[in-house]
Amino acid sequence: MGWKNYMGMLVLFLMVAAAPLIIRNDYYLGVLVFAALNCLACIGLCLLMGYAGQISLGHAAFIGIGAYASGYMTVRLGLSPWTAMAAGIFLSAGVALIVGIPALRLKGHYLAMATLGFGSILHIVAVAAIDITGGPGGLNNIPAISLFGIALNTDTRFFYFSWAIVLIGLYFGFNLIHSRVGRGLRALHGSEDAAGSLGINTASYKIQIFVLSSVYASISGSLYAYYINYIDPGPFSVMHSVLLVTMVAVGGLHKIWGAVFGAVLLTLLPEFLSSFSEYFQVIGIEYKPDYDTLIYGLILLIIMLFLPEGLFGGFGDAIHALQGKMKRLREARE
Amino acid sequence: MNHIILELINLRKVFGGVVAVNALDLTVQKNTITSIIGPNGAGKTTVFNLITGSIRPTGGSIEFFGKQMQANHAYIAAGMGIARTFQNAQVFPDMTVLENIMVGRHLKSSSGLIRSSLIPPFFRREEKEIKTEAMKRLSFVGLDEHADKPAGSLPLGYQRMLEIARALAMEPKLLLLDEPASGLNTRETFAMGELIGRIKKMNITVMLVEHDMELVMDISDKVAVVNFGSRIAEGTPAEVQLNPDVIAAYLGE
Repeated sequence: MGWKNYMGMLVLFLMVAAAPLIIRNDYYLGVLVFAALNCLACIGLCLLMGYAGQISLGHAAFIGIGAYASGYMTVRLGLSPWTAMAAGIFLSAGVALIVGIPALRLKGHYLAMATLGFGSILHIVAVAAIDITGGPGGLNNIPAISLFGIALNTDTRFFYFSWAIVLIGLYFGFNLIHSRVGRGLRALHGSEDAAGSLGINTASYKIQIFVLSSVYASISGSLYAYYINYIDPGPFSVMHSVLLVTMVAVGGLHKIWGAVFGAVLLTLLPEFLSSFSEYFQVIGIEYKPDYDTLIYGLILLIIMLFLPEGLFGGFGDAIHALQGKMKRLREARE
Repeated sequence: MNHIILELINLRKVFGGVVAVNALDLTVQKNTITSIIGPNGAGKTTVFNLITGSIRPTGGSIEFFGKQMQANHAYIAAGMGIARTFQNAQVFPDMTVLENIMVGRHLKSSSGLIRSSLIPPFFRREEKEIKTEAMKRLSFVGLDEHADKPAGSLPLGYQRMLEIARALAMEPKLLLLDEPASGLNTRETFAMGELIGRIKKMNITVMLVEHDMELVMDISDKVAVVNFGSRIAEGTPAEVQLNPDVIAAYLGE
């Protein structure tokens, strides 16, 4: 079981290493950086949703906390990007504790409601607290982060950096799920009563995993700030939280790979579809059709209708079914 | 020899206006099988829920090894060495059979969130130990060949066996079995009785709530009969069977 995931990481590593050699276009590399940032947030969210069975509709707010902590502390306080990122992590974890403790002590989906409200509030704060966040104008001139003295200020460099962080995030995630804690989380997802009867402190575990997933989101936000060097409240709205949940669900809730798959797919898909929204003229009338949104929605609908286990789960099932069919065919021949 | 492991003293539980358990006294001797029987709705499962701390008593007390239990969460009672199974077999359906039992080793292992995420499973000695111990319990209930199947795909009889194996992985002092034979056929029920006998031989005290009278009378050392939350009789299986109150309760007089 476990080895497969680590082999998968090796494959991903090779793909990442090779990608800039094949994709010699900074714009596309940039899109892949955003895919990596979404991946990171989605891995955390998947640990929370797929393994512990709790839904957070406010994860964009944790991305925002990471981004604004990084932005504010580097621009206004002049701290180093790494220090600011670490501060963002602690801030996110602290906020997650405050939001999570009351919501997660209760059974059921109170966390979804609490985080939904929390996400909206934080977005309003980001818009209104002009002295700290710069308001709608945002924060400018956020410095690039540097690693071993090399400033990560080109798309290629940041591409490697962001995917390296994703690989580290995956490594932690896989270690976790194949452990006592990971099994405890899956157990409380299966039956909270049974998990409790085996000595698992379910409330504490739910809070811990929520804090961990907020840390993933916070790092993703910090990296975002260091990559585009400018932040405004726009990308941290509730709609982005919903998009993250969608990414995890489309990829397949119960597998971390699903989150990676879903995040990459839903980041790249709008780029592929953008050609559908170009102007065209028919008998002298101009059209600006948003067909991309329509097709995007249709694809999501089809995935959820026909692959309710998500793309990753769906492919797994399909391969399994195919193997079974092949086996039966072989047996029939003999 | 007759060491008392669990004592319920004047235990009472009220849900709204309904008295589920009323002034219940019960003692459980070490290394015995004590059964609680009674008509549906007599409060048997409520007694189990009280012992395991999933609900708090309205009155009275529970003493485990002579100490009053203050558990207000199930995991605390589990930490004291009380394991249980559920009336509606609660396995973790999406996990494999072996993984289910590995969850049972939770209290016998210690790595937390940070240690777990830093070190991969194949470098953790604890992980190997959890697996070995889980395999032992798997063999004990005879589910070896189903180790890698999802637990939810097992037939009910096996799910009940799995639940017991999972509880045994905790190395409990007291094991509460809530209707382990319900929904099982005759052959499976026989196997269940035999399994409970073997658990007793491992020096684990067993408490049983069960409707299958043949099973109860066959394996119990002591039987307590409960009706409307109160104990109406207590004794050896033979004594209880002759008790006129018990006969009245079961025939509905």
